[in-house]
Amino acid sequence: MEDLTDVYNELIMEHSMNSYNKKKLENADFSEIGHNPNCGDEITLEIKLDGDIIKDMAFTGHGCAISQASTSIMIDTLKGKTVKQAQEIVKIFIEMIKRETKDESELEKLEDAIAFKNVSNMPARVKCALLAWHTIEDMLKGNDNKNGK
Amino acid sequence: MNIENIRKDFPILNNKNITYLDNGATTQKPLKVINAIQEFYEKYNANPHRGAYLLSVKATEKYEETREKIAKFINAKSSQEIIFSKNATESFNLLAYSYGMENLKENDEIVISIMEHHSNLVPWQKVARVTGAKLKYMYINDEFEISEEEIEKKITNNTKIVAITHVSNVLGTINNIDAIIKYAHKKGAIAIVDAAQSIPHMKLDVQKLDADFAVFSGHKMLAPLGIGVLYGKKELLDKMEPFLMGGDMIEYVYEQKTTFAQLPNKFEAGTQNVEGVIGLGAALDYLEDIGYDNIEKIEKEVVDYAIQELSKLNYLTLYITPNKENHCSVISFNIKGVHPHDVASILDSQGVCVRSRKPLCTTTYEIFKY
Repeated sequence: MEDLTDVYNELIMEHSMNSYNKKKLENADFSEIGHNPNCGDEITLEIKLDGDIIKDMAFTGHGCAISQASTSIMIDTLKGKTVKQAQEIVKIFIEMIKRETKDESELEKLEDAIAFKNVSNMPARVKCALLAWHTIEDMLKGNDNKNGK
Repeated sequence: MNIENIRKDFPILNNKNITYLDNGATTQKPLKVINAIQEFYEKYNANPHRGAYLLSVKATEKYEETREKIAKFINAKSSQEIIFSKNATESFNLLAYSYGMENLKENDEIVISIMEHHSNLVPWQKVARVTGAKLKYMYINDEFEISEEEIEKKITNNTKIVAITHVSNVLGTINNIDAIIKYAHKKGAIAIVDAAQSIPHMKLDVQKLDADFAVFSGHKMLAPLGIGVLYGKKELLDKMEPFLMGGDMIEYVYEQKTTFAQLPNKFEAGTQNVEGVIGLGAALDYLEDIGYDNIEKIEKEVVDYAIQELSKLNYLTLYITPNKENHCSVISFNIKGVHPHDVASILDSQGVCVRSRKPLCTTTYEIFKY
């Protein structure tokens, strides 16, 4: 077992307890529910796009400290990015948590989200960290298809 | 009877530096159970009921011996009333399909409680959907118990099935199943007891209770995973259609139809989990060697101490009935402002294994207004 302070660090605790990203978004373009049936965590992600750029994003819902903080920090990281950049960051994050990272230098692109690296040593909590990221992965995929049509 | 000596019977507790408190999810296995399974494979592994050779006869004997043992353990009239299943969940599905679907019709009622495990809830939702019957819940009062008024309010002349857990796996409440079964019978309904959570802790006497059916899992009572039991009154089981079709549950098979075997084989299609049955038999022996009297005495000491110490923590809320005699050894608590998953991870870092998952019983957890 890892030293827990590595996981429950200040940044994660701050985002989990009082996130400024936890709110309803006015006039969101897309909304998607992410649900982890094993633990009951449920979040709703909302996105507002400006062309190809993620102009705003917010979430509502409930869950453990790791899932809540992971969602909030993901929003900080992806806001202002293009859909394509966001997709790349999401892929890097998921690979980091699943210990599939090939190029460690890529992790820099995660910005604050790198704080979750130690969750990869806690198999029981991997799903908590990935909930929001899998949800946005699906959302962006859907958006891609729409643009493709 | 010394608790330290009992701990020594469980290899995993000696091999790993853990405090295992998640027995409501599954129990650890004593050496006696592990050895019995090994002995089976080393000495008499064969397919029971099939081969005309000594080894298969021996395997059949061992398998059927355990059935006899279980019948005695829960005081069934005969071993024909003991059906082996995968777990309590499969036993409930057998009842839902072979009894519920066949016997219920529109506007009949199925009554369960709000503290049921999903295994005694989701199958009944399906029966209700298919037959048009109604699924009704008995709710709990402020003391986390089902009151007599609630029993008499929910069970009516339209009720055909009452299915209730003996002990709640979430609250630890011991339900007054005696009163519930009596009232169900008074209204002409059959009564099913979920004993999965209670049987490692207290006696189940199906005749004394007059339960029509009872179910439990082996793995919550020191036996291996993947073996469960359905008890049913012979006259009810005899009338029921088989649940799973296949080998070993047949009498004659023609091209277009089949006649079925007698009880209990009628409900045991395909090659069975023989090692699971043998392991379950060894677990029963182990529990009987300790005895329910000792189990209750030791558990009371541990639970009293835990509640006394947990009550001192002002950031922790306990969800336990104040009536001690109605509480078994499950202790549910919430730590203010901290999600259960985070609590479990922090306890895990100290080697303490606890249950933290919120939704196994979503309906019950709604009570906590978490």
